[in-house]
Amino acid sequence: MRRDKQEAQAQFNRRVFMLGGLGAAAFGGLSLRLYQLQVQQQDRYRLLSDDNQFNFSLQPPSRGTIFDRNGEVIAENRDSYRIFIVPEQSGDPAIVLNRLADFMPLSQNRRERILRDISRSPRFRPVTVAEDVDWETFSRVNLFLPDLPGITPDVGELRAYPMPQAFAHIVGYVQSAPEEVAGDDPLLRHPGFRIGRSGIEGSQDETLRGRAGQLKVEVNATGRVIRELPQQSVAATQGQNIHLSIDARIQRYATERLGAESGAAVCIDVRTGELIALVSNPSFDPNLFVTGISGEDYRALNENDLRPLYNKAIMGLYSPASTIKGAMALAALAKGVITPSERIFCGGSTRLGNREFHCWRRQGHGHVNLHDGIKTSCDLYFYEVAARMGIETMHDMATRLGLGELFDIGIPIPDRARGIFPNEQWKRARYNQGWSTGDTYNTGIGQGYTLVSPLQLAVMTARLATGKAITPTLLRRPDGLDVPDLGLNPDHVRRVHEAMVAVVHEPGGTSHYSLQGLGIDGVQMAGKTGTSQVYSITAEERARGVRSQDDLPWRLRDHGIFVGYAPASNPQYAVSVVIEHGGGGTRAAARPARDILRELVLLDPAGRIGPLPSDAQDLGES
Amino acid sequence: MAVFNQSVPRSLRSKLFEVNWAFVLLVLLIGSIGVGMLYSVAGGDWSPWAIRHGSRFMVGVVMMLVIALFPPRFWMGIAYPSYLGALVLLVGVELFGLTIMGAQRWIDIGPIRMQPSEIMKVALVLALARYYHDLPAEKVSSLGGLLAPAAMITLPMLLILKQPDLGTALLLGATGAAIVFMSGLSWRIIWGVLVLGSIAAPIFLKYGLKDYQRARIFTFLNPENDPLGAGYHILQSKIALGSGGLTGKGYMQGTQAQLRFLPEMQTDFIFTMLGEEFGLVGGICVLALYALLLANCLSIAASCKSTFLRLMVMGITTTFALYIFINVAMVSGMAPVVGVPLPMISYGGTVMLTILAGLGLIMGAHIHRAAEPPKGAGLLG
Repeated sequence: MRRDKQEAQAQFNRRVFMLGGLGAAAFGGLSLRLYQLQVQQQDRYRLLSDDNQFNFSLQPPSRGTIFDRNGEVIAENRDSYRIFIVPEQSGDPAIVLNRLADFMPLSQNRRERILRDISRSPRFRPVTVAEDVDWETFSRVNLFLPDLPGITPDVGELRAYPMPQAFAHIVGYVQSAPEEVAGDDPLLRHPGFRIGRSGIEGSQDETLRGRAGQLKVEVNATGRVIRELPQQSVAATQGQNIHLSIDARIQRYATERLGAESGAAVCIDVRTGELIALVSNPSFDPNLFVTGISGEDYRALNENDLRPLYNKAIMGLYSPASTIKGAMALAALAKGVITPSERIFCGGSTRLGNREFHCWRRQGHGHVNLHDGIKTSCDLYFYEVAARMGIETMHDMATRLGLGELFDIGIPIPDRARGIFPNEQWKRARYNQGWSTGDTYNTGIGQGYTLVSPLQLAVMTARLATGKAITPTLLRRPDGLDVPDLGLNPDHVRRVHEAMVAVVHEPGGTSHYSLQGLGIDGVQMAGKTGTSQVYSITAEERARGVRSQDDLPWRLRDHGIFVGYAPASNPQYAVSVVIEHGGGGTRAAARPARDILRELVLLDPAGRIGPLPSDAQDLGES
Repeated sequence: MAVFNQSVPRSLRSKLFEVNWAFVLLVLLIGSIGVGMLYSVAGGDWSPWAIRHGSRFMVGVVMMLVIALFPPRFWMGIAYPSYLGALVLLVGVELFGLTIMGAQRWIDIGPIRMQPSEIMKVALVLALARYYHDLPAEKVSSLGGLLAPAAMITLPMLLILKQPDLGTALLLGATGAAIVFMSGLSWRIIWGVLVLGSIAAPIFLKYGLKDYQRARIFTFLNPENDPLGAGYHILQSKIALGSGGLTGKGYMQGTQAQLRFLPEMQTDFIFTMLGEEFGLVGGICVLALYALLLANCLSIAASCKSTFLRLMVMGITTTFALYIFINVAMVSGMAPVVGVPLPMISYGGTVMLTILAGLGLIMGAHIHRAAEPPKGAGLLG
């Protein structure tokens, strides 16, 4: 019995030892496992732990400011006051929102929306109550903050355009990036961030945008920010400012001067090619787009007959009409098919085959030389001149002066705004027809197939005035730029120039009577009118008593065009003005163009004209 | 043989003289580590866990000492009744039990809310020890001698499995198996069971488990496949441990723990935090404390004269060791997440009381190691 007992005790002790060994092995295994995790794989898990612990919160950059040439602000960032609610700090958000409604407009619907947003996000995350509230409301809410637990005021940035109507087409606007553009870019997806969508804002977006910063933050498992680590963060880099060549004073003046008319005005510095004004009328308010334009507002803009969203200054295409005649005269002189003194008879009309070609002056101009041809805008003179030199010569000169050319002015111009100056090859390609002398006649007086934009007209005028191959731009260009010469004969340029001065300043000039000069004592201008035909009054209508443009519906009336430059003695600024359906150029376009030129000379944005007679400004138009 | 010549202490004074104070010191040390870790989990706050854990622990330690003073005859006497009582409570959980976090484990008795499975852990050990105490040694490996223990083990296992609580059921099974093994079961039967078991295990895995239990096992095998779902716990736990490195991030500096990447850190995953804040050094130290305590238990078992005390100590020691092993293996990604706390460190009332009661029984066995209660004493001894 005792032996059995001892035997049992020994067996028990053996088995205790075995289980103890098993346990020791198990604990050894655990220790090895810990060694593996904490020593061998430490780096990997340290990294994963940091991933958990830290997050980067995006700091959107401030957008660069856009200035005009004198430092006037055209697009800037303004403070935008926002109000958030942090649900976990507010106890019952519904009660707080009801109380908040005493201090600011907050409809029942809006409150329900906010409560729904709150229920969908973590309790610590701020939910937007109102954006872009006015200062008075904002300060009132701030004053009563102690009674509004969880309500958090915040100041962000929004783009603002202080001169909306005048600059909408140049500057464009910013908008939240649409889904397809934003993609996975966290900056573009940031709710406060806007990207440029058109105009300078769009084309110079990368310059203006700046670089986003990253604020390193420590977060917990639910994503709440525990603390910020500014010393380990990258600050946002502000976007670069942009200086435009535009003079806001001229831009505003030209916009106002066009008034209710639909049209465009382009002012250009003839020495540098800097655009001083680029107006398309009517305009729109780009501020509407920044916070998201309503469908109704957008439809109204889009369906307006005067097409306010369309930049007519660079994209509107019109027949240049008689404004082309200076260029045609220059081409003919260069080709040697006429001399300045040679006279051509105008009897009011001429016959070509079985077609009758009229002069705008039914009774004719008599014997006309180059000077009078331009001054009186005699069509018959230019039919003859065109026929002598041929379409290719005309095409070459028009192209040299910038017609049919797409300019890189700093905002994109679509290819369809290139316009047309036809030649044989073009007609063959376009209509598969041969070129006729009738086509040459029409092209010679700027009708027919020719289509140009107001910008191209301004460039042509500037090149005519200087003989230099200036190119237009909206961005500030350094002075003293070396502009290549067009290689024109200075004597020919002078002849055309004198004739264009005569248009305004000599009796018999098409704009002599209506303009009475530039309006500044001792300063002359050069100019040329044009009437771009939209619709021919038929014989039947004539019989019904439709005699003049005024009898036609607005959209069938002719476009009025005027190009000009000043001062005549030392050209500095060129303008082109198109008034859609404004009737003849003399009536509708010449006066605004002259007034804008006068303003240009008086304000002299480029600062090259020097002192004017002291009483200059008092001598307005009579 | 000195051990056999010792007499059983009878007076309170002589019993206190026999208390293994090194044992008590180890228990107190581990318990204080628990309080310290719970203070850290709360972000440096005594509430809600540290203060309650500490006070419960003190009550538990007093209870442990009181239990240690009871003579073995008393425990032998209540072995079967307490087993039956625990069994009734387990059935009660089926009928009236509360459901907490998807599992039915709790029962309300008046103001006390308790887990019958915890009581069963001690009761089964007592009942099996009593059974083998009474069983003649030659009958241990006989069919008749095996049927009763098999039934005593499987019945509560099945009830607990139904709750469902796979972890506790397996723990119970392993504890029972350890006692049967220690009773002197012949190696032939042991090998037979092992072979049968290795055949039956895959079948059980396929048909005997609930979906979530299977999912736990599979995600444990490859947690990175499901980082935000079922694998989240294991992955975050491994990140916490691994990023702790050799010496840890410092007390209350564990980012994983303090930033709540691991939910319910105060209960089953407390070792993770220890490893993150004190590194490999801290983890090994805690494991070493447990190992010392366990070694102490084993030596107590070997010093006991009666079969009842020996098997009781071994049974409780096995449960205790399994708790530690499963918990640490679980948080270090070596075992599936089964919901087993780390004894005396994890927050949780009943489990700690069970553990301290068990340790009290072991201490009592040490005090009464020379006792040789007669076989077949009456039901209540």
